[in-house]
Amino acid sequence: MSERLAVRKTYKLFIGGAFPRSESGRSYVVSSSKGEFLANASKASRKDAREAVAAARKAFPGWSAATAYNRGQILYRVAEMLEGRRGQFVSELVDADGVGVRKAGELVDAAVDRLVWYAGWSDKIGAIRGSANPVAGPYFNLSSTEPTGVVAVVAPQEAPLLGLVSVIAPVIVTGNTCVVVASERAPLPSITLAEVLATSDLPGGVVNILTGSAAEVAPWLAGHMDVNAVDLTGADAELAVTCEEAAAENLKRVLRPPSVKADWLADPGTERMTAFLETKTVWHPIGT
Amino acid sequence: MFEYAPAPESRDIVDIKPSYGLFINGEWVEPLGEGRDKTINPASEEVLAEVAVAGEADVDRAVQAARKAFTVWSAMPGSERAKYIFRIARIIQERARELAVLESLDNGKPIREARDVDLPLVAAHFFYYAGWADKLSHAGFGPSPQPLGVAGQVIPWNFPLLMLAWKIAPALACGNTVVLKPAETTPLTALAFAEICRQADLPPGVVNIVTGAGETGAALVRHPDVDKVAFTGSTEVGRMIARSVAGSRKKVTLELGGKAANIVFEDAALDQAVEGIVNGIFFNQGHVCCAGSRLLVQESVAEELLDALKRRLSTLRLGDPLDKNTDIGAINSAAQLAKIRELSEAGEAEGAERWSPTCPIPDKGFWFPPTVFTGVAQSHRIAREEIFGPVLSVLTFRTPAEAVEKANNTPYGLSAGVWTEKGSLMLWMASRLRAGVVWSNTFNKFDPTSPFGGYKESGYGREGGRHGLEAYLAV
Repeated sequence: MSERLAVRKTYKLFIGGAFPRSESGRSYVVSSSKGEFLANASKASRKDAREAVAAARKAFPGWSAATAYNRGQILYRVAEMLEGRRGQFVSELVDADGVGVRKAGELVDAAVDRLVWYAGWSDKIGAIRGSANPVAGPYFNLSSTEPTGVVAVVAPQEAPLLGLVSVIAPVIVTGNTCVVVASERAPLPSITLAEVLATSDLPGGVVNILTGSAAEVAPWLAGHMDVNAVDLTGADAELAVTCEEAAAENLKRVLRPPSVKADWLADPGTERMTAFLETKTVWHPIGT
Repeated sequence: MFEYAPAPESRDIVDIKPSYGLFINGEWVEPLGEGRDKTINPASEEVLAEVAVAGEADVDRAVQAARKAFTVWSAMPGSERAKYIFRIARIIQERARELAVLESLDNGKPIREARDVDLPLVAAHFFYYAGWADKLSHAGFGPSPQPLGVAGQVIPWNFPLLMLAWKIAPALACGNTVVLKPAETTPLTALAFAEICRQADLPPGVVNIVTGAGETGAALVRHPDVDKVAFTGSTEVGRMIARSVAGSRKKVTLELGGKAANIVFEDAALDQAVEGIVNGIFFNQGHVCCAGSRLLVQESVAEELLDALKRRLSTLRLGDPLDKNTDIGAINSAAQLAKIRELSEAGEAEGAERWSPTCPIPDKGFWFPPTVFTGVAQSHRIAREEIFGPVLSVLTFRTPAEAVEKANNTPYGLSAGVWTEKGSLMLWMASRLRAGVVWSNTFNKFDPTSPFGGYKESGYGREGGRHGLEAYLAV
């Protein structure tokens, strides 16, 4: 009896909770670390990027107004779904990164744990970043955190799962929505992650994932007037300058690429959350 | 309106030199170039002093001095740095009257405001951040947060000494050294501050003051040995700065323009709201980035509120800034006056209705009467662009949702005001307004413990409070 022919997956984009192909009809070949054909991934265009921004903007009021408890539970749910697909991610990482099965397992575990870690921050970051301020007068004065808005993220080129999860989770846990340009070389785990997100009660549009060329797509996102911030973690030096210059047009918050190579297994700290938080201070008189 | 006898504050208390150099490495030095500028009293157009224009080489000297001083200052125990900053706060308190008069002369603001608002806040700011200098490990930025290095700071002309305090106090507390460029139309209090640094025996080079206009500021911002850029001013210049630091490791905070909505609901205490509206837009001649320049009033009380507002505006006194009864002082410069006129003319041309109280205008100097535009549409330039003058644009709304929609319909997001007696509505509004500061049943209140800064195109970073430390620490 002949061996059964596998049913392969078509890898598409993830926009507004749906999985469309690139409107441009373009795709590109994704190869394993050994140079074998893995899949044709969608190559996102400028228009796809705009659609993704529109979806992220549409999702922002609902997601930012959700209770912190609710957002925390949804991130935890993402961790649960990721854990359930552990085997699939291990094999994708082995293919994409050329790492051994054991190492790939560690990376998937770390990605799950990272989501759990960030899930717990949803209702605590405000407590450590906000303050009641002792002003010199009869006023109640309170500073609290709010999400910046729509964040464009250039995901790390290496670490196609752990790095990706480590840049998405801190952006959305505080109530931002995002458009992510996935690793160009190893985009397949990002679309499988999108399947996880799509089945985790995460509202459509909170995370949008584009595959293709960061150098082509990211500058459009950085210059887009309805994007509030850019995370350039995965941009090379030249692309980072281009994007930071474009971001100046509407004073986007910019998180520059790390000055030393990121260690995704290290304690992430709170910087990735605080980079995309605003502080709002409310005054009210005290009197009878 | 009651007649008041003139009550001018004496200007004899200030000693303005005919000419000023640059303050570099604790010394007054002449600029390397020929550049000289004059600063004038905007209320009389009288020349107050001649001021050096620092060129690129002068800025470089100042940055080098700051770099050298950084070794000393950053290594000094925080408790010692604190005492220097406390000393500065005390000297400012001791010299408050003189500094208030100097500020009023150079800027045109009423002495009442310089004396009662600017100077107390300046001293309070230094006093507040002095106390942080030896407590940084408790600030929530890790066990041993480090300073950034040399801070290049560029400040505006609307609150010259207060903006200096907002910039220099946290920078020094965190262990950075500073090169500060005051605005070209209001350099005198920054130059007086240089003298205060000498009186306080601050180590040379910790604070350097370079005067000049935009080119001097640009040279400072792009200097490769500057680690931190702090700017308060227009969104247009903020954009240029954000672009110019792209690709560097410079940390940047920007406090830029605004077009704040001041929102009055029908249940508000209307008399208090009127005072808040006046304070929101006519404080400091409206030269305030967080000014409540768009009044959004609920339709049901619009007529009543506007009648009361106009009655109140008819009692405002415009004139000599040094007169203690003056409410509205001089516009800071001819250029700013031209901009206010241009936008006001655009308001009329676009169909809004213009109103000002009868108000005698002095013959000399730069003046603009308090002005209210009604019938303003969201598309009008006077509803969208920052006028930075005593000009209020009035729009109406029916529902809270419409108020939020209109208030947020701007690329800016610095501040907002809400007037209602209903607590739940106030908090609902406050949570939906995309602005860094929300004043409810008050307006234009400032305090060193309270973080200040904008959303969106009003810039990024916060000044004041624990939050203000982050801008000057490597975190």
